[in-house]
Amino acid sequence: MQIFPCPFCGPRDETEFLFAAEAGKTRPEPAPDVSDAVWADYLYGNDAPKGTAREVWVHLTCGEFFVMTRDTTTREVKSCAALPGKAS
Amino acid sequence: MSGWRHPELGDVDRRKPVWFTFDGQPLSGFAGDTLASALLAGGPRILGRSFKYHRPRGLWGLGGEEPNAILDVTFDGKTTPNVRATTEKLRNGMVLQSVNAAPDAARDRFGLLDLAHRFLPAGFYYKTFMALGWMRWEPLIREMAGLGKLDATHHPPADTPVMNAACDLLVIGAGPAGLAAAAAAARNGRQVWLVDEARAVGGSLRWRGGEIDGAPWTDFAATTCNAVKAAGGRILTDTVLWGAFDHGSYAAWQRREDQTNVHWRIRAQNVVLAAGAIERPLWFANNDLPGIMSCEAALHHLVLYGAVAGRRIVIGCAGDAPYAVAAALAKAGCQVTLVDARKDTPPAPDGMRIIRGAKITRAHGHREVGAVTVDGTHLDCDTVLVSGGFTPSVHLHCQAGGKLDLDKASDSLIPRAGTSPIRTVGAANGAFGLAAALEQGHAAGSGAAPAPRAVDRGWALDPIRPDPGIKGRVWIDPQNDVTLKDVRIAAQEGYQSVEHLKRYTTLGMATDQGRNANFAGLAAMAVLTDRTIAETGTTTYRPPFTPVPLSVIGGMRRGEAFSPPKRLALEPQHRTCGAKFREYGGWLRPAYYGEDEATAQQDEARTARQAAGLYDASPLGKIEVIGPGAAELLDFCGYVRMSTLKPGRARYGFMLSEAGIVHDDGVVLRLAEDRFIVSASSSHVGSVRLILEEARQDRFDPSRVFLHDVTAHWATLTVSGPLARAILADAGFSVPDIPHMSVAETRWKDIPFRIARVSFTGDASWELSVPARYGGELHAVLDAAGTAHGARWIGLEALMLLRAEKGYVLIGKDTDGVTMPHDLGWGGPRASRQDEYFGRRSLFTPEANRNDRRQLVGLQSTNVPLPTGAHILAPGDTRRSLGFVTSSYYSPTLDRAIALAMINGGRSLVGQDVTVFNLGETYLARVTDACAYDPKGERLHG
Ligand SMILES: [Zn+2]
Repeated sequence: MQIFPCPFCGPRDETEFLFAAEAGKTRPEPAPDVSDAVWADYLYGNDAPKGTAREVWVHLTCGEFFVMTRDTTTREVKSCAALPGKAS
Repeated sequence: MSGWRHPELGDVDRRKPVWFTFDGQPLSGFAGDTLASALLAGGPRILGRSFKYHRPRGLWGLGGEEPNAILDVTFDGKTTPNVRATTEKLRNGMVLQSVNAAPDAARDRFGLLDLAHRFLPAGFYYKTFMALGWMRWEPLIREMAGLGKLDATHHPPADTPVMNAACDLLVIGAGPAGLAAAAAAARNGRQVWLVDEARAVGGSLRWRGGEIDGAPWTDFAATTCNAVKAAGGRILTDTVLWGAFDHGSYAAWQRREDQTNVHWRIRAQNVVLAAGAIERPLWFANNDLPGIMSCEAALHHLVLYGAVAGRRIVIGCAGDAPYAVAAALAKAGCQVTLVDARKDTPPAPDGMRIIRGAKITRAHGHREVGAVTVDGTHLDCDTVLVSGGFTPSVHLHCQAGGKLDLDKASDSLIPRAGTSPIRTVGAANGAFGLAAALEQGHAAGSGAAPAPRAVDRGWALDPIRPDPGIKGRVWIDPQNDVTLKDVRIAAQEGYQSVEHLKRYTTLGMATDQGRNANFAGLAAMAVLTDRTIAETGTTTYRPPFTPVPLSVIGGMRRGEAFSPPKRLALEPQHRTCGAKFREYGGWLRPAYYGEDEATAQQDEARTARQAAGLYDASPLGKIEVIGPGAAELLDFCGYVRMSTLKPGRARYGFMLSEAGIVHDDGVVLRLAEDRFIVSASSSHVGSVRLILEEARQDRFDPSRVFLHDVTAHWATLTVSGPLARAILADAGFSVPDIPHMSVAETRWKDIPFRIARVSFTGDASWELSVPARYGGELHAVLDAAGTAHGARWIGLEALMLLRAEKGYVLIGKDTDGVTMPHDLGWGGPRASRQDEYFGRRSLFTPEANRNDRRQLVGLQSTNVPLPTGAHILAPGDTRRSLGFVTSSYYSPTLDRAIALAMINGGRSLVGQDVTVFNLGETYLARVTDACAYDPKGERLHG
C-alpha cells in the first residue's frame, strides 16, 4: 500500500485518497464557443504518462484536493501542493 | 513403507503418541511431528496423485515449497483442503485424505491416464477441446482437474485481525544471515522485526547445526532474540511474509497456537531478505517416483523429528552440501551410496560407498523407487536423495520490482543490487555457507566489524542442467506434471519466451509457485534453444509467496462487517414499531412495518394517500454551503440556478457530471442569503460533496465559501398526506404557515427545529428536523399524534411506490450512465440558462441533441406489474429493444399496475401501445406520461 502526503493532514494510506484528474488541464471556455472535438478531448483525452505524472488527487477524509507529482512506474511520490484556487 | 523412526534423534515427544488416519488407514506419530514427518516415519509413501497423469507422488521436501505432499485435512469436523503436510502440525484425531485421487492415493483409478501420456502432450487440452467444443467437455475436465475437495459446510470464522505495524528494519528469514542482520541492527538501537515461516528461529542451522563465535549457534540465536526484544523489536515465527508492496509495505500471515491467525501489514524503513535457498532436484528418467526426495529435506526430517527417509539410500549430487547429509544418515544406521557427478570430490564420510564422476540416469520402480541406474550400473535401493544445487528464494525482491543476474559461483539467479528497495543476503543472495551468511547479514544490519565468526563446511558445486538427450520421462515440474518433453514441444512450437513456456505448459504454475521447477524449466529451455539463461529470461513473481487462506486476507471484514451500513439514530424506535430493515444506498432503513412485505407495502401506500404516512428521512443529505460565495458555487455546480432562490424557499434541481449526465437530484434550501442546504439523495451525499469541494478549491475563492456535511447531525421525520397538517397541529407544534417548497427555522421546546415543505410522495409533506439526540422525542410525539389520526409509519418500499405513482425518478434506478436532464423532461435550464455551469457544454453535442434519445415515460398495463428490466419492443418489431422498464409497482390507490420506463424517443410514443418482452413472455402496455397520479399536483398544497 502506498503512502500519499496530504498537504493538510500529512502522510496517509492510499485507501484514504481518490484520483481526481490529470493536472494542468484547463477547462476550455467560454464553453459554447468550444468545438465538439476540443470539448471531447477535455473530457476524455488523458496523457497517462509512463514516468513522471502530475495529477490531482483528493484526500477523502479532509476533502483537500491537491496536485501530486509522482512516478507511475516506480510509484515514487515526488511532491505535492495544495490547489491554487481562484487566488492564482 | 521404507521410512522409519530413529530411536533418539529429533525434538518429538516419544511419551506422547498422536493418532491420525491417512486415506482411512490408522497411523500414529508423536507430539511435535508435522504431518510430513509422521507420514515419513511411519506412513505410506504414496501421498497423492499428480495433477495431470495421476502418477503416484510422495514427500519431496520441507517447508512451504513442498510440491507433492498436499492433503485435505479434517480436524474438529471441519475439512481444510490442500494443506501442506510439511508445515502443518500433527494433532490427535486428524483425518488426512490424499488429493486428486479416487478412491485414494494407493488405488487411484485415473492412474490409467499415465498410460496415455503420449497422447497428452503440452497444449493437449487447448488443442483438442477448443476444437471439439470446450463447453461440452469442460465439466468432465474440471471434475478430473484440481486438487483438494472443498468442504461446503466449513465456513472459516471471520476472526483474523489485520494488524498494522511499523519498524526500522524488517528481516525476512531467521536463518544465520537473518539472525546476524537482526543482531547487528538491534545492537545499533534499531527496532527490528524478525520473521520466519518455521516454528523456531535458526533456519538451516536447526538441522545442520554449527558454531558461531566459538559457541553453539543456539547461544547466538538466543542472544540475538533478546537484543531484538530489548530494542523494542519482535520475533515472529510461524509467520509467512507473503507479499512486498509499494512504499515499503509488507504482508505477513502469522499462525498462532490455539489462537486466531494474525494478518500483519508491516511498514519498514529498510528490509533485509534472508529467505535462504531451496534444493533443486536432479533430472533423470522417472525422477518423480515416491521415495525420491530432496537431500536437504532428509536431513531436516532426520534431525528435527527423527524421521528417517529409508534404509538403503542412494544420494545423487554434484556438490559438497549432501556430504553432511550422507554422514548423518550413515551414523543413524542407513546404508548410503554417494553418487557424485564430479571426478574430484572431498573424501567420502566414513561408512559409505562413493561413486565419483557418475550420474543417475534412471530410477526404477512401479509405485515407488526400488533401484537406480548409475551410468549403466543397476543399484538396488529403497530411497534416492538428490541435490542438483540450490535456488535462492528471491521472490520478494522480484515482487518489489527487483531484477536478477546469473551468478556463476552459486550457479543461480541472484538479486541485482539496487534494483529493489530490499537488500538480499545469505543463501538468498547465492552466498552459501555459514561464514558468508553471517558476514552478509552482519553488514546488512550495519554492524561494525568484525562479523560473527564461523567455520565453514564446503559448499562447492558443479552446475547441473537437464540433459535433453536423456531417455525416458523426466519431470521438470512434479506438481503440474510438466516433463522435459513438454518443454521441448513448447520450444519446437515457438513458445520460447519463458512467459509463453509457463502458460503453454503450466510449468511453475502449481501451488509451490515454481519454487522447485522454474530454474529447471528455464535451464532446459536455454539448452534446447541454445541460449544462455540470461537470454532466456525469468518469469514474473507475484504475491502471494505462499498460498494464503482467503479467510486470512479477508480478515474480519466479512458478512455484516464487510461494508457496514450506516445506522439511523431512531433504529430502536422503528424496530419497536415493527420495522423490517434493509440496506438502501448504504443506510439500513425500514423497508416495511409488519410481517408480510407485499401486504405491508400496499397497506402503507394506501394509508399514506388516504390519511397520512410517517417516515424517517434522516439519510437525506444535508450539505451546508455557507458564505458570500455560496450562491455562485451552487449556480456553477448545479443544473438549476439557485442564486435566484429567495431565503426561506426551496427548489428542486439536478447535479450533472461534466459529461452532462445526471449525477444526482435533490432539493436545495436557502436558509439565508449566505446559507444553503443541499439535500442530496442519501446514496450520493459523498460524491455531491466532492463535486462541490473540487469546484470550490479549483475554480472559486475557497475563503468565500465553506462546505459542511451535517447529514448525521440531524434526525428528520416526514409527515405526508391529507391529514398531515392535522397531525402536526395535534402534536403541539407551532408550525409557521409556509407554502409548498419553503423552509423555516424555529424552535420546539427550545430545541432547534427545522421545517421544510418539500414532497417525495406528491402529497403535502412536512419534513421536521431536530438535532439527532432529540430524534426520540420527535418520534414519540409524531407516533402518538399519527396513530390518533389513523396514519402509519411507512417503509422505503411503500415510499418507492408513492414516488413512482408521481413519476419522480430515482437517480441510478430510473436513470443510467447516459441520461441527461432533458431526457427526464427537464429541458428548461438547458434552453434558457446563459451562464456557465458544470456539464453544460456536454448538453449540446450531436449526441445530446438527438431527438430519439431515451426518454422517461410511464407505462400503463393490466393488473400484473411489468417485470423491472423488461425490454420495450419497437412497434411492429419483435427483435429490437427500444428501452426498458426501470420501476414497476402495483398501485393500490389507482388499483392498477404502474411503471416507469426509459424508451428511445419515448415522449413521442405517448398514447401508443407497445409490446414488453421479458424472458420469453410478452405483455401489452400503453405509453403514458411518467406521472400517473394527480398530474396537476393539487395534493401538494394540502
Ligand atoms: Zn487531508
